[in-house]
Amino acid sequence: MPVSVIEGESLLAVDIGNVNTRAALFDIVDGEYRFLATACVPSTAMAPWNDVTEGVRQALEVLQQLIEHPLLTPNRQLILPTQEDGSGVDGLVVTASAGRALKTVLVGLLNDVSLQSARHLAESIPGVILDTIHLHDQRRFEKQIDAILALQPDLLLITGGVDGGASRSVLHLVEAAGLGVYLLPEEKRPAILYAGNAALAKEIRESLAPYARFLQIAPNVRPSLDEEDLLPAQHALAELCTTLRRQELRGMEELFQWSGGHMLPTHYAEARLVRFLSQTLGAGRSILAMDLGASTTSLLLGHDGQTFARVLPLGVGEPLPQLLNQIKAEDILRWTHFDLPSHRVMDFAYQKAIYPQTISVTQEELSLELAFAREILRQGMRELRQSYPEVLPPFPVLEMILVSGATLTRLAHFGPALLAVLDAIQPAGLSSVLLDPNGLLPMLGAAAGRNSLIPVHVLESNALINLGTVVSVVASGAYGTPVLKVQLTYENGTEARLDVRHGNLEVIPLPAESTARLKLQPASHVDIGLGRGRGGTFTITGGLMGVIIDARGRPLGLPEDVIRRRELAKKWLWTLGG
Amino acid sequence: MWAPRVSILPITTITRERRLPLPGNVLVKLNQRVAATEVIAEARLPRAHLYFNVARQLKLPPKAAAKAMRVRAGEQVSQNAVLAESEGLFPQQIRSPRPGRVVLASEGEILLEVESVTLPLLAGMPGIVTQVIPRYGAIIQSNGALIQGVFGNGRVDSGLLLNLMEREGEVISASRLDLSMRGAILLAGQCREAEVLRQAAEIPVRGLILSSLAPPLIPLALQMKYPIIVTDGLWPSPMNPLAFKLLTSHARREITLNAQFYDRKEGRRPEIVIPLPVSPEPKENNVESFAPGQKVFILRAPYAGQIGQVIQLLPEAATFPSGLRAAAAEVRLENGEQVLVPLLNMELVD
Repeated sequence: MPVSVIEGESLLAVDIGNVNTRAALFDIVDGEYRFLATACVPSTAMAPWNDVTEGVRQALEVLQQLIEHPLLTPNRQLILPTQEDGSGVDGLVVTASAGRALKTVLVGLLNDVSLQSARHLAESIPGVILDTIHLHDQRRFEKQIDAILALQPDLLLITGGVDGGASRSVLHLVEAAGLGVYLLPEEKRPAILYAGNAALAKEIRESLAPYARFLQIAPNVRPSLDEEDLLPAQHALAELCTTLRRQELRGMEELFQWSGGHMLPTHYAEARLVRFLSQTLGAGRSILAMDLGASTTSLLLGHDGQTFARVLPLGVGEPLPQLLNQIKAEDILRWTHFDLPSHRVMDFAYQKAIYPQTISVTQEELSLELAFAREILRQGMRELRQSYPEVLPPFPVLEMILVSGATLTRLAHFGPALLAVLDAIQPAGLSSVLLDPNGLLPMLGAAAGRNSLIPVHVLESNALINLGTVVSVVASGAYGTPVLKVQLTYENGTEARLDVRHGNLEVIPLPAESTARLKLQPASHVDIGLGRGRGGTFTITGGLMGVIIDARGRPLGLPEDVIRRRELAKKWLWTLGG
Repeated sequence: MWAPRVSILPITTITRERRLPLPGNVLVKLNQRVAATEVIAEARLPRAHLYFNVARQLKLPPKAAAKAMRVRAGEQVSQNAVLAESEGLFPQQIRSPRPGRVVLASEGEILLEVESVTLPLLAGMPGIVTQVIPRYGAIIQSNGALIQGVFGNGRVDSGLLLNLMEREGEVISASRLDLSMRGAILLAGQCREAEVLRQAAEIPVRGLILSSLAPPLIPLALQMKYPIIVTDGLWPSPMNPLAFKLLTSHARREITLNAQFYDRKEGRRPEIVIPLPVSPEPKENNVESFAPGQKVFILRAPYAGQIGQVIQLLPEAATFPSGLRAAAAEVRLENGEQVLVPLLNMELVD
């Protein structure tokens, strides 16, 4: 018998990005929720359509052909709820990441206290921090006002003061920001989130509400000096971002009405799901979800039931040339086994920037795209680690790695994507790697708001592609030194044994949905996430690629010699079936 | 799947909305004929302010500070004008160090705007104003040939088109530029050296049309005062044959370059307009799906920059050498070769 909060409710989820619009249908099958079908079409948030609903309608037209039951009326309205003839659905949830990155200005008292929390908050949305106004800001009062006028931010995040603490200094900073907002033309005024000293909330509302495009007051992100509480403010910020997008993007308001208000920013919805998964994993264990998009990339670390987020304004589309302002062409070329001149890197970046919707047809281009993917993810990991060093060590032990984004999930062979992920993340210990080719994770995060059983059932039903278990060995030393003895005992009692040497990548087949006992015995100087020289026996589940032993070393060292490096890159790719 | 499109049209009616990012003043009237470089609207953006805290500066309690204010919001003040003055035997004053406009004068605080910038909005092409958008701009219409590009450096100008290209793949070198090209717009092929851009500025020319521009030259291109439009790519690329034929056939004619930045969201692309004295029927810019018979421009390797014709759409996704599977079409290239191209990697050519 299904145990459902809303008995038998079918749910349609829609995700609107800058490049793609997806729709997915979830319904009860044999007493449990299942992911039934999905459709993906180019987004219509931009010209020539400038209306997100067109993309949604096109996606639903494809979806209704697949499931052979109507979702739209002849005049293309969503049939809601399900009709007696079986047409339509019972509910809709919407997630959206379409729109420009939000230009953000932070206001807070102290750089390493409230401003740090403001920064953490801002880093959890697709945005760019353009300026910070704070107590030790050397600029004159009027220069702070002029900065607001020149930057014309979309969003002002104001923090400062612990609850019951400083108020005059906070109000002084707010005054400068507020005057800047007041002087901006009405249509250019930013949305404002206040998440500072709770005692000032009323005063802030009275002074800023008449001028802000939207004003949201959230609980203090720093209720005390040594306590950071981002969750309520993140929720308020998610609501504010949704409100902004509803105003900015044509059609969002209509979808908001269709969904009965069940609309969330994509990254917030995914973070909700990661938090849920982290809670189920238990204390001290970590999960990492990455979503490599065309305009933004998110890295979400779930640890002890909390989510730590970094959303970068970088992706494998329009922002690629910006990445080349921070890294060299050689940093990209080191990941590819093709002999390419360095100008090819820049050519590729600009081509993808101008035509972000396009795909890489040749192996050479795909190799470049995956090289860019590695560098974006590496940057994301660096920044996430900078923000949260206490939960993200250099070689993190990640129970589960969830991978989203077309570049990494749409390949016919999964080896190149897995290699890119391992190169970028460099995990330690045992990790399950799962791909989300249909972009279900944010949809499930949003669905949880309507029915908490949907994500539970769907994730248990193999809706994601399980690549297998990766054993990442933390070791340094000479290439070829023995580092790990592996013994895999299959369900039928047969065994596979392997002596793994430093520098190698090995694959042991273990079919999906089968389990096996994996015995690992590292050398005394080697760590597999349990401490140096400590091994163990684990029950693991198979996947499309089986068990992957990554003994290439941490940090992953690439040979200086170009020819040797290319040969090695080719060998690793070949080992993973790429 | 709907098809993005690029316009390379020998004759059409071009209608463009020109809009300020902020409200301002519109300087043109309905049915007015405008030149490409004519300012049709402008907005003022305050840039620098001075702040005076009357209570603190005159050491007055808040009520007395409010009384001491001698200016009101909206008032223009000259340099040295009295902004606030205390009462008593020895009154103290706050004077304005610069001329400006009072934008705030209340509760003992004065904010003076002392600098502003004017944002001009150019017509972008010669034409007739067919609609005025109060406070924001106008809609302008013109007839002629239209070629859209992929990169513009934000400038606008008009001039006589001089052709320096003999074939689509021509690479321009600085040695080919000379003073006889002063005031012209040059059709110049692929640009790989900074000297070309610098020399063009020195002559000076009124514009450059390039088939491709090497990415390291982008910062320099953005500094140039004359418009630069790249038709095909920021990677080594010959000019597509349609644009090449159209542009070379209009050599020695007055043309306009509106090298506005490529903005996918707004659907704005840099545009070359060749005004022609004919009045065709307005062409509807309908959104279409890909279909057999359409002319397409291929965006990515291995056929990037080539024009072709859609033969048929494949009923199922095709797998490409990279391992990616995607909806695809069979396309006949101009050399007669039939190739498979992902729909995502094509644009319709008008």
